[in-house]
Amino acid sequence: MKRIATAVAAVMLLSACGGDPLTGGANNPAPTDTIVVGSGNFPESRLLAEIYAEALASKGIKVSKKLNIGNRELYFKGVQDGSIDLIPEYSGVLLKHVNKEAPEVGSDEVYEALKKALPQGLIVLDKSSAEDKDAVVVTKQIAAQYSLKSIEDLVPYCKDFVFGGPPEFQNRPDGLAGLKAKYACEFKEFKALDVGGPLTVAGLKDNTVQAADLFTTDSAIKANEFVVLEDPRNVFAAENVLPLINEKKASQQVRDILNAISKKLDTKTLLELNQKLASPDKPEPEKVAKEWLASAGI
Amino acid sequence: MTWIFENWERFWEVTEVHLRLSVVPVLIGFVLSIPLGWLASRSQTARAILFPLANILFTIPSIALIVITPVLIGVKILDEINVVVPLVIYTVALMVRTVADALSAVPGHVTAAANAMGFRPWRRFLTVDFPLALPVTIAGLRVATVSNISMVSVGALVGLGGYGQLFTEGYQTDHTEKVLAGLIGTVVLAALADGLLLLIGRVLTPWARAGR
Amino acid sequence: MGGWLFDPAHWSGSTGIPVRLLEHLGYTLLTLLIAALIAIPLGAFVGHTGKGGFLVVGLSNVLRALPTTAVLILVVLWAGLGDFPVYVALVLLAIPPIMAGTYAGIRAVDPVTVDAARGVGMRESGVLLQVEIPNALPLIFGGFRGAALQVVATATIAAYTGAGGLGRFVFDGLALQDFGQMLAGAVLVALLAVLVDLGFAGLQRLTVSPGLRPVGTGGKR
Repeated sequence: MKRIATAVAAVMLLSACGGDPLTGGANNPAPTDTIVVGSGNFPESRLLAEIYAEALASKGIKVSKKLNIGNRELYFKGVQDGSIDLIPEYSGVLLKHVNKEAPEVGSDEVYEALKKALPQGLIVLDKSSAEDKDAVVVTKQIAAQYSLKSIEDLVPYCKDFVFGGPPEFQNRPDGLAGLKAKYACEFKEFKALDVGGPLTVAGLKDNTVQAADLFTTDSAIKANEFVVLEDPRNVFAAENVLPLINEKKASQQVRDILNAISKKLDTKTLLELNQKLASPDKPEPEKVAKEWLASAGI
Repeated sequence: MTWIFENWERFWEVTEVHLRLSVVPVLIGFVLSIPLGWLASRSQTARAILFPLANILFTIPSIALIVITPVLIGVKILDEINVVVPLVIYTVALMVRTVADALSAVPGHVTAAANAMGFRPWRRFLTVDFPLALPVTIAGLRVATVSNISMVSVGALVGLGGYGQLFTEGYQTDHTEKVLAGLIGTVVLAALADGLLLLIGRVLTPWARAGR
Repeated sequence: MGGWLFDPAHWSGSTGIPVRLLEHLGYTLLTLLIAALIAIPLGAFVGHTGKGGFLVVGLSNVLRALPTTAVLILVVLWAGLGDFPVYVALVLLAIPPIMAGTYAGIRAVDPVTVDAARGVGMRESGVLLQVEIPNALPLIFGGFRGAALQVVATATIAAYTGAGGLGRFVFDGLALQDFGQMLAGAVLVALLAVLVDLGFAGLQRLTVSPGLRPVGTGGKR
């Protein structure tokens, strides 16, 4: 009997090390003055989240991070149910997520429409000039072989091409449906790969897919000499980086800090920071974020 | 393994979460499996129902259970319960069989002797059957624990914590060292937990070592 | 889920249910074959000679602790995408139960029987192949079937790095928040596992000597 009690105690001790079971650590609903910063499942999103989080923390605001959650279809639920207070977003895709039919494509129109379309309690702050758009990308060889400069040039070959992208590309209005509607481009096959990550890059390189969805600030594009096809009919709307935040947590101080970040963020910076992240020594996004904030004087 | 040293804070934070997410389901699952296993050791019908059920539960892919849980029990998608519930289910599925076999293996003449000495059922269970069933039970617990520690990483695919975060991040950024760091953490954690359980087993069953 | 599962559109084409089922089955069977080719000889040798039992148990435990996701990702980062990383990860997963089952099975063979075999002049290889292994078959099959269940369930994860199989429905369903698809994927995996297990149970029936079959509550013959 005594031995059993000792063993039970030992096990209890073990579980106590990890915090109060079931209510400890990240499971605890954060005290109401903590801002929970989330991010999507790709490096740039993590970087932007770290920038927001570090800036807020350095000014004394309590911050907790929940990074690398998943795609918008998944994490938006977390934003809506209050698990996440703040997350970096892209104006065009966010707009299409809350209003599938939204026709706006220009940067300012998208921003205005977005502000109106967001559900009660959620707001976006100032948009930055930094843009990271989805794009149809092909390899240099294919671009040369078929003389491709814009998606319009691709149209006669769509039915022979296999297209690669994140699984959600199939369903999104600015995905396959948009390409079909605006360019009458329907691909032979769609291969679900990842969010502009290693799978998609590899798929292009080994010709498993002839065209793919990548992001315009992805350092892999330059590194592999991929060609970004122009989008004259605007399937992909403007994608300005901006913070999506729970209105209740958007105090004036928080707004000032985040708006200051958005002022200093531009596309060139995003490209540079992404390149830093992809460099051989693989610095942590937190470190890259801190360095940039210091150099930007925030 | 320089990444671990350079990012010790992050590594430790991730370890804590992983530990919590593995240990809690093992404890809960074990406790739940005791009555079920006891039932299965006594009744052929219970056995015939519980064993195949356990087998089937074990084959449901963990990622599917983790995603379905918030829908089924109405919690928020980032709640750690979403990993705990599936792992409890797997632990119970594994341990029911173990506990049942362990209890069945208790020699009949020992329980008969205990009954003859006037032990009431509860006391007999706690002081005779269960201790004698411990070696096999603990062996099963070791497998369940190591299995849990390995499975927690699947939670990272829906943003939950633990070493899995290091795997997904490392994959997205082509960062082998980070993935290795998480792998090492997992294996070391599993070795420690396994060793601890082995020790507990030895402490609790001194008669097994008697006469050596 | 019924809606997704019974929609005829999902049963045709190169991304339909039959194709994914066959891919998943393919991963499973080839994995089990490779794992058996490695694990059974290892477990048998150690079980027969009685040396290195600690190694078998230790190796089993270490392999069992390896998270399949991590192994998959590591091999992809090292060797590129495709099916090779899937097989590496799944084979490593399948080896421990098969090896443990073989080792335990051979150790459990009645020493009297083994001694008798040696007594009639059988060579060591004969003792192993004609006496120990056939007697160990029930436990070997036990380990094998356990491995099969684990492999079927875990092959789902392979879809994370772009592989095929039923995991595609789980991961694509997750990305699209299409629970019908996800559930269908999970149910199909469980169904396939049951079928695979039945298949091996049948194989066991055919290959294991009737004298070794468990009869009711363990009576002999």
